[in-house]
Amino acid sequence: MSLIVTRDIVKEYRMESYSVTALRGVSLDIAAGEFVAVMGPSGSGKSTFMNLLGCLDSPTSGEYFLAGERLSGLEGDALAAIRNRGIGFVFQNFNLLPRTTAVENVELPLLYSRCPKQERRQRALARLAQVGLADRAGHHPQQLSGGQQQRVAIARALVNNPVLILADEPTGALDTHTSFELMGALQQLNREGLTVVLVTHERDIASFASRIIHFRDGHVLDDQRVAQPADAHAMLRELEKEAA
Amino acid sequence: MLGIIIGVAAVIVMISVGSGAQARVEDQIRTLGTNLIILMPGSVTSGGVRMGAGSRPSLTEDDSYAIQREVAAVQAAAPALRGTGQVVAGTSNWATVFYGVTPDYFEARNWFIAAGRSFEPAELSGAGKVALLGETVARNLFGDGDPIGQVIRIRKVPFTVIGLLERKGQSLIGQDQDDVILMPISTARNRVLGGGTARHRGVGSVSIKIRDGEDMTQAEEQIRSLLRQRHRIQAGQDDDFTLRNLSEVLQAQEQSSRIMTLLLAAIASVSLLVGGIGIMNIMLVSVTERTREIGLRMAVGARGRDILAQFLVEAVTLALIGGLLGILLGVGGSYAVGHLAEWRTELNAQAIVLAAGFAAVVGVFFGFYPARKASRLLPIEALRYE
Repeated sequence: MSLIVTRDIVKEYRMESYSVTALRGVSLDIAAGEFVAVMGPSGSGKSTFMNLLGCLDSPTSGEYFLAGERLSGLEGDALAAIRNRGIGFVFQNFNLLPRTTAVENVELPLLYSRCPKQERRQRALARLAQVGLADRAGHHPQQLSGGQQQRVAIARALVNNPVLILADEPTGALDTHTSFELMGALQQLNREGLTVVLVTHERDIASFASRIIHFRDGHVLDDQRVAQPADAHAMLRELEKEAA
Repeated sequence: MLGIIIGVAAVIVMISVGSGAQARVEDQIRTLGTNLIILMPGSVTSGGVRMGAGSRPSLTEDDSYAIQREVAAVQAAAPALRGTGQVVAGTSNWATVFYGVTPDYFEARNWFIAAGRSFEPAELSGAGKVALLGETVARNLFGDGDPIGQVIRIRKVPFTVIGLLERKGQSLIGQDQDDVILMPISTARNRVLGGGTARHRGVGSVSIKIRDGEDMTQAEEQIRSLLRQRHRIQAGQDDDFTLRNLSEVLQAQEQSSRIMTLLLAAIASVSLLVGGIGIMNIMLVSVTERTREIGLRMAVGARGRDILAQFLVEAVTLALIGGLLGILLGVGGSYAVGHLAEWRTELNAQAIVLAAGFAAVVGVFFGFYPARKASRLLPIEALRYE
């Protein structure tokens, strides 16, 4: 059974005098364990689709099931619980809280799932170690490089053991080297069984995914599986060789 | 935060300076003796000629004691005998007024001894020849020298100067109140004035001080009826005494108190308003600045009420810390004003509670409103907020 099922999703933004239709009936199935890259020009509806998958926004019509549960039609608090436990977000601009240490940033989702303080700290430290930042736990975001900040964000996305990672242009603010590092980390997570959905407009970033979906004008234009996705770790080694 | 601190501090300083000024005005008016009633004997009518107040020796020392004893509103009733005469000290002399008084006089008139001592009981009962000099008299007789222990002659009777009276300045009608000598009433009656007053312990006037907060008119009525009873005056007959008070000054005092209170209220409300606007700004800016943070918190699972609770807690904490710092700053500031500008300031518990309470209410209100708005946003709207 598919992890994500959408049926005829329509999203309309109503302004005062006109309305914009961002999605015109999107039906997609994404199986557990897939690594999906969503591509398309700006205005194609890819970000809107991502926000709907992440329960940050609600569709105007259509149905959305996550792990068999019907989410379209749910409201406020129920959606907050889904975001808290089911989904991990990675944003383009990291969205870490300033004046808050790395480990406290990672703890944030656990705070809202009423996790006891000690367990919170333990789990957050474990996730930071997983992304290789155990020694940076007490640093504030502005003391970390962009790549390190994005890794803190990944640790935060993972901390509540979600079934789905949503990454919205996660490499948009990173250079090639750090981008490849980050994609390597996502590929690693995917190999461990996590479903990853990634929005990007960069072809070489999308090439790390096992499935690439193109959006245009609110429709799915093209949906193709990649038999042999590029390996981010291998590319990284090549890049380092070139530099040397 | 700064808005709360400055708002609270401003209110406290304003009110303490204001109430200090009010207290000072009240004090100054009090030295004029607004709660003072002067009791004088009535006039004598002799062959159709009325001799004026005080001409009839109808008041006695015992009347004064009875008033003190029986009228509850009376704080002190001090009998006095007045005389005038030439005073001689060595080679200087001076014409002045002297009063024979009891120690109650000092209390009734709010008049204290600046140097030396007051009368001793033996001097009061035994007509001791001791005198207290007003500032003007002392200066005219002794110049810059120390008069205490010196001998002066009043109507040829030798007196020892035992003390100096505090300077009192001019009376409301421009009379020099320091041009005076005080002596025990028995001395004035038996040794200096002599004559008819001596036989029936008559007095020239009684100064009656009414307790703070008592109704002057009512107290005056009680004194009048007590005296009419003691003097056996039939209903319908005129009083054989006169009661006077400084009612005009009293009215002036009431007026100035009222104006002062209004002024204070106006100043306080303006500074509270300013403080409130400061708090409002801080809270609005804080919530608006952090809309993206709110969005992020929602994205990782915060519910609307989590956001609301967070901002309420922050607002209350901010208001409490700001309020406390404001109180410290305000108290410090009003001491500084009192010290540096040498203004009298009075710290007022009410003002502190008012200012801090207002800060808390405004802080919570203006923190709550934008936070509630933010907590109802769709997560994506909050996240995308620029």
